[in-house]
Amino acid sequence: MSKKKLVVIGNGMAPGRVLDELFAKDGSLYDVTIFNAEPRVNYDRIMLSPVLSGEKCFDDIIIHDDDWYAAHNVTLHKGKRVSAIDREEGCVVAEDGTKAFYDKLLIATGSSPIVVPIPGHDLNGVITYRDLDDVDRMLAYAEKGGRAVVIGGGLLGLEAAAGLRMRGMEVTVLHLMPSLMERQLDEAAGHLLEKAITERGINVITKANSKEILGTTHVTGVRLEDGTEIAADLVCMAVGIRPNTELAANSGLDAGRGILVNDQMQTSDPNIFAVGECVEHRGQCYGLVAPLYEMAKVIAQQLAYASEAIYEGSVTSTKLKVTGVDLFSAGDFADADGREEIVFRDAAQGVYKRLVLEDNRIVGVVLYGDTVDGAWFFQQMKDQTDVSDVRDTLIFGPAYAGGGAVDPMAAVAALPDNTEICGCNGVCKGTILSAISATGLSSVDDVRAQTKASSSCGTCTPLVEKLLALSLGDDFDAGTVKPMCACTDFSHEEVRRVIVAQELKSLHDVLQTLEWKTSCGCAKCRPALNYYLLCAWPDDYADDAQSRFINERAHANIQKDGTFSVVPRMWGGMTTPDELRAIADVADKFEIPTVKVTGGQRIDLLGVKKHDLPDVWRDLNAAGLVSGHAYAKGLRTVKTCVGTDWCRFGTQDSTGLGIRLEKFLWGSWTPHKVKLAVSGCPRNCAEATCKDFGVVCVDSGYEIHFAGAAGMHVKATERLCNVTSEEEVIEYIGALMQMYREQAAYLDRVYKWADKVGIDHIREVIVDDHDARRGYYDRFVHSQRLMQIDPWAERAAGKQAHEFTPIAVENAGALVS
Amino acid sequence: MSIAGEVWVDVCDILDIPVRGARIVKSPLGCIALFRTADDAVFALDDKCPHKAGPLSQGIVHGRSVTCPLHNWVISLETGEAQGADTGRTRHHKVRLVDGRVQLLMSNNETCAA
Repeated sequence: MSKKKLVVIGNGMAPGRVLDELFAKDGSLYDVTIFNAEPRVNYDRIMLSPVLSGEKCFDDIIIHDDDWYAAHNVTLHKGKRVSAIDREEGCVVAEDGTKAFYDKLLIATGSSPIVVPIPGHDLNGVITYRDLDDVDRMLAYAEKGGRAVVIGGGLLGLEAAAGLRMRGMEVTVLHLMPSLMERQLDEAAGHLLEKAITERGINVITKANSKEILGTTHVTGVRLEDGTEIAADLVCMAVGIRPNTELAANSGLDAGRGILVNDQMQTSDPNIFAVGECVEHRGQCYGLVAPLYEMAKVIAQQLAYASEAIYEGSVTSTKLKVTGVDLFSAGDFADADGREEIVFRDAAQGVYKRLVLEDNRIVGVVLYGDTVDGAWFFQQMKDQTDVSDVRDTLIFGPAYAGGGAVDPMAAVAALPDNTEICGCNGVCKGTILSAISATGLSSVDDVRAQTKASSSCGTCTPLVEKLLALSLGDDFDAGTVKPMCACTDFSHEEVRRVIVAQELKSLHDVLQTLEWKTSCGCAKCRPALNYYLLCAWPDDYADDAQSRFINERAHANIQKDGTFSVVPRMWGGMTTPDELRAIADVADKFEIPTVKVTGGQRIDLLGVKKHDLPDVWRDLNAAGLVSGHAYAKGLRTVKTCVGTDWCRFGTQDSTGLGIRLEKFLWGSWTPHKVKLAVSGCPRNCAEATCKDFGVVCVDSGYEIHFAGAAGMHVKATERLCNVTSEEEVIEYIGALMQMYREQAAYLDRVYKWADKVGIDHIREVIVDDHDARRGYYDRFVHSQRLMQIDPWAERAAGKQAHEFTPIAVENAGALVS
Repeated sequence: MSIAGEVWVDVCDILDIPVRGARIVKSPLGCIALFRTADDAVFALDDKCPHKAGPLSQGIVHGRSVTCPLHNWVISLETGEAQGADTGRTRHHKVRLVDGRVQLLMSNNETCAA
């Protein structure tokens, strides 16, 4: 029997979910063809706000990548808009003439943002907030700084405002109603929200009736009804959405505000289904993701078995995705006869909770500032649980309502199995727990793949992690979204992105903006943040010595007895009798007990007393010896062999190239130490193929290698490419070094970073993309101009003297009482 | 006011200690690490980690703790107690701030070790 044909119009989250559900039941039923007006794959539209604010990037929010379509044999027409449905013939036709026949058709045309038709609405610089193109347009403006006006103080408008503000624009929100998000929040919570938004440096004007957008070709401002004018370079309209019904209506399908569907999600033509924001079901249109997913489930069952599954409408809840603003709302909270309310307020903590009860059942929930119990209240509301018995302590949530413990793990453990954990995807606690135990899931990603929980807006991720921890105990490792340290929930990568995107240029700014949980970080995060700031802003950031590990603060390596070791640089492993004499003299003069040859072709002086360090350095400097940075997360050594100078096998001047590389790279700070080697022939006497970066000279030029390791982990390098000149070696390695500097998590060696971003990707950027390579190289050269100062000479001349000078106190003569 | 037998010794100006940093004081009581936190509180501990006698003065100061540079034990500046899973305690000394001067308490009956 040949497969039936399913054609899908639209490639948003709702049809994507229908297909996920359908393939999970039976992937062999349909040949699927998708028409997508947007030129890309299916992505998580709810996460556009974190992309706008810089907390995520596009790759993070892809739901189905190209491989997914290939794996499921789905034909995806990107950038093709369907212009007509021919129901007689049973086919759809795209604007470019592409035609596809269907047995079943799924319409998922979504919705369009409403543009208020006031004068000036069509000027350049007026942008709606709907898809990735809108985000890109807004980011282009944000890059130039300037002022933005957001019309609409609902969910989307506020997320847009917060994003633009985080990108450095001056932002004003205009809202027609007296309080923000009035459809989801009561007035008190709306007021708290306004305060929090204002504290973020966003100007909020309520009761603002926009009359006209000013400007001739491009926006210059907005005029309100009362005559107030607000200057603007960008106007973002976020006043609401309108279901896209045109295509369906033109094809003779019944439509009201949305495309009308029955409980089976069929349109007025039983072979045509509709899903998502374009539908109207029992008089309701939905703009949130949870109902769309509930619809998707029903459609998948209908398509697979023509089952009796029906959709009966959704009870929805809302969360605002603005970092640092916790807000949850669900149900109905208007005052009405027979309704009672329970309110909890703690103005100082910025916490507000309100439950609306009717007949001893929760009908509305508003939580602000502390939303942990949102899922539990929402569940009680959907279950229509009688709460009379626990009413006295109800507002304090499940921990008190049942008399249980307050520890968050215990609170999660105490939730009944039918509690909804993931609101977007309607996944209950029981489902997640049984998936974990039945299929041996061990990470949040596994849970996402298996159950969909936490795969959309992500706000339930902490709950999912707690469930994993409950099931697996100590075996659970938070994995991919691993926070930097206990001071924050952000990962290294997220922190780096935000530092750059929001131009955070001081430690204080980072701790404030990212709401660090400790007053000044810890020994893990402070050195990392100091490095990230230094790498991002070499011109502006002042290095914080107190955020550096002692070795980098004292420019020597601490030993087990509190003394230090000193390693002067020997360029390319070359030295002279004069240098050796100076080292011998220093060892004698300062009674340095141990002199050792290192693995990196230099000499280590061990057991130097800290207060002697500046004097030792002064003497070494006098002989031309400078810091070898043997203590640094930075360039260590460039090991070489003698190459064509002496060796009968040498193919190139490996010593000269090594010295050149070392002179070019020294002084830079990097995520972890960086070691190089240059071998003069493939016999590889300098062992270049287990270094972070290595060069192996060959007759025809130079093989560039990277991502080797010979420490706790031993790994041979990967070959980057072959080049023919020393200049190219310098350019490629400089660019690679900068790419590593800008991307790697602190304390990831080159090989670890390469593992994470992919060897092929690095090759594509450094070898194949000339402009990208030049960009990295130029930024490295710029940074080096500021970094190549010998720290030993500075300290021998008195810099940071307090570091090397103990305070002496005597009993006699200094007494006070 | 001082109790008999209590001797406060003037050590340095608070500004001599870097913020979130430390100085070593060589005193008749031995090497003492003097810490200054981000909020300008001053603490004094023996300059010895309870683990392997690492010099705490060389560690990173965060909140009211210091992380030992040798093996990352975290020591409370207020009590000298090792934090988290580690156990052990470093002797702590009384310090006070008088008009921006840091003063250290030396009891007369202590033996001098420096």
